[in-house]
Amino acid sequence: MMPAAAIRNLLLRRLLQLLLMAWAIGTITFVLVRSLPGDMAYRIAAERYGDDAITTAAAASVRQELGLDVPAWQHYLNWLLELVQLNLGNSLVSGDPVIHNLQHQLSYTLALVFAGLLVSLLLAIPIGLLAGFKANRGADHLSLLASTLIRAQPVFSVGLLLIFLLAMNIQWLPVAGFGELKHLILPALTLGICMAAVSSRIIRNSTVDVTRSAYYQFARVKGLSRWHTFVHHGVRNISVPVVAYLGIQTVMLIEGVIMIESLFAWPGIGHALSHAIFSRDVPMIQGAALLMGMLFVVINALVDAICLWLDPRLQLSASTSNNASPTNSTGKKTAQEASL
Amino acid sequence: MKTYLLVAALAATVLLANWLTSDGEDIPSSDAELVISGPFEMVSQDPSEAGYVFTRMQVLETLVDVSSHGELQAGLATDWQHSDDFTEWRFQIRPNVSFHDGTPMTLASVVNSLRIARQKPGPLKGLPIESIDTSAATNELVITLSEPYRPMAAVLANYSTAILAPASYQGDDHHVEQVIATGPYQVAELSLPHRLQTQRFDGYWGAKPAIASADYITGHRSETRALMLQNGQADIVYNLDPASMDMLSHAEGVHVSSVAIPRTIAIKLNTALPLLNSVAGRRALSLAIDRQGIAMGILRVPGSAANQLFGPAMGDWYNPNLTQPQRDLTSANQLLDQLGFNWPAGSQFRLFEGKPLQLDMVTYANRPELITIATAIQAQWADVGVQVNVLVDNSSAIPAGHHSGELQTALMARNFASVPDTLSVMLKDFADANGGDWGPMNWDYPPLFALLQQMKTEQDPGLFHQQAQQAAAMLAAQLPMIPVTFYQQQTGISDRVKGFRFDPYERSFHISDMQLNAEPQP
Repeated sequence: MMPAAAIRNLLLRRLLQLLLMAWAIGTITFVLVRSLPGDMAYRIAAERYGDDAITTAAAASVRQELGLDVPAWQHYLNWLLELVQLNLGNSLVSGDPVIHNLQHQLSYTLALVFAGLLVSLLLAIPIGLLAGFKANRGADHLSLLASTLIRAQPVFSVGLLLIFLLAMNIQWLPVAGFGELKHLILPALTLGICMAAVSSRIIRNSTVDVTRSAYYQFARVKGLSRWHTFVHHGVRNISVPVVAYLGIQTVMLIEGVIMIESLFAWPGIGHALSHAIFSRDVPMIQGAALLMGMLFVVINALVDAICLWLDPRLQLSASTSNNASPTNSTGKKTAQEASL
Repeated sequence: MKTYLLVAALAATVLLANWLTSDGEDIPSSDAELVISGPFEMVSQDPSEAGYVFTRMQVLETLVDVSSHGELQAGLATDWQHSDDFTEWRFQIRPNVSFHDGTPMTLASVVNSLRIARQKPGPLKGLPIESIDTSAATNELVITLSEPYRPMAAVLANYSTAILAPASYQGDDHHVEQVIATGPYQVAELSLPHRLQTQRFDGYWGAKPAIASADYITGHRSETRALMLQNGQADIVYNLDPASMDMLSHAEGVHVSSVAIPRTIAIKLNTALPLLNSVAGRRALSLAIDRQGIAMGILRVPGSAANQLFGPAMGDWYNPNLTQPQRDLTSANQLLDQLGFNWPAGSQFRLFEGKPLQLDMVTYANRPELITIATAIQAQWADVGVQVNVLVDNSSAIPAGHHSGELQTALMARNFASVPDTLSVMLKDFADANGGDWGPMNWDYPPLFALLQQMKTEQDPGLFHQQAQQAAAMLAAQLPMIPVTFYQQQTGISDRVKGFRFDPYERSFHISDMQLNAEPQP
């Protein structure tokens, strides 16, 4: 039965965290960006007019247009006032509403992340389960070797190898670009393979833990088939740490896809954020950081909710300790529980 | 049940990915006949900000055009004249020109565009213009200046002065909402900052282009662009790095074009600093640079070592009589010894006031070769006992450092032809001791300042040539900036493209002059 009350409480707590986090992230980002060395007006002018046209006159024009001489605290108060009205302001470089830019860029990043996650699950689940069931045997060693080799590569070189293989040699896919589903395949494959290199090991370890546990062994002893034991006592318990890890991995991915977006000319938020930082586009940086922070909370809340659903015992620990994260559970059962 | 859930989740993810990448706002797939990829992003549609992409794609046009040899030629203005003192300029506007929305280009719309351009950052803004007006009697555009300005026509070749229809501008700030211009190609779809799709404009005043549609796609990395070309996803890719050039030169179906452009990699110097305030000190540093090594080892373009600021592509301003400096550590060390910068035995660097003799060198990452060259110079100057701290920053650190006076040295790739008359750059950067943002810093050399004042009103082309040669020789002798290498633009082109030529002035891809073979060449 779904622990609805526990999930509701969890989501309410996360909503409160979300509001506090929005203020904190915006404030910290503002202070950090304002503390960076270099004249903001010159930086913005360089991004707007290009290397060949950046001059003191252009910077002066930008300073006047954007009111950069106004004290920083006034800019901060304006931002806070606009945030309360759910307005993230306009980009200092393009002049477009930040929310419009983020909407466009985030949609591409989310598409990339979800597609990458899908590829990673399709690869990691069978490989991880196989390695877990055949622990310390040939398949496990092979998967460890492949995982180590891939993880030791920068994501950039994995991407280049895939380009050479799939776009250059057999010419099935475009090298880079966006606009069609086929453009998504190579970056998603790159991301998915890099993610699967780690998540397959998490699944493998979780599988080993579960299959060697007393309750799992007991289920087999009492006469259940391998399949029934796996379905009834394995899947849920293996899933809890894996789901928790995937949640963390997804959040890291949203922040860390800069290299992939750059390599495959994918117009996502990571690449846009790096541009915004170089050009000191404060509203854009604040908006992007805010959105990523919110995503972090939302994804974590979802992961915790899924973990609660997968393992209802976690509501007990959640109710006894508000601070305890449900995802910290090992997900192990006792032999008595398995026999019930 | 779980299987159904899994299948449903997979289907939802695929649908989500599909929806996110193909919703209404996004771009259709590139079915353009010609695809060009470069590193630059378009931050807006305003000519002052992204005009260099729109002019290259032949969407925007300017009153004055430039030949590949740097001569000014008719654009949207068929002809022009100036008063003897270069303070009044008259332009005859091309008749029967239509904007992309079908409205005719009138004298009033030209004046409107130029007046708006003058309010925005760009070369027009800083000029001593009294008025931009029309002459009802002669149906001409008349620009009146408060003081002589010889390169006025060349300024009107800059992308920021492109002519747009009045309907392009919106609001009190005249921001460009839609690019409605006069070029042979018009905007079909625009996805800022990464893609511009154009299609042939049937109402174009000139010859009808053979290629019906062309796309510009931002490819952030040089290797990605090179692979896009090899894969057939792009037909022309430019700003290639040496490694990508090597790869493409061995690939089938593509070739590489290398063109000298009016851009020079040079070191900007703050000549108020002790080591840099004498010609001998600057010469010593120049002699310590291995330009041939940099040209061969880093840029892989033999013959691009620079002995002067203005390269062979710069007409009057390139002085062929100047000798090529060779690396000469003995002479460099002698000069520094004579200046009193001692190099005690056992010390890694020379000493100045008891401390290691050191200089900060700012450079920027937008042109990746600059960082490698900066580190090479760091090692080469260490050979004469000068410590260099390389600071990789944004390009804006150079004009900002010039303005604040804190800049010591900067390695940069300076475009001397954004206004295709070098006198314009000289007047901006070299006309007084303050120097320009990208010119010398605290360099007081009255002979050159006087020469430039003379050139402002020189009417005799022969004399002007002599004066330009003299100016180039002065810069080579005085070294207020140290030239390192001339720039070569490296472009990869598919063999199916016929009629490609790279514009050294980086104003146009000349798409309208190209044709495509039906099939790529084997």
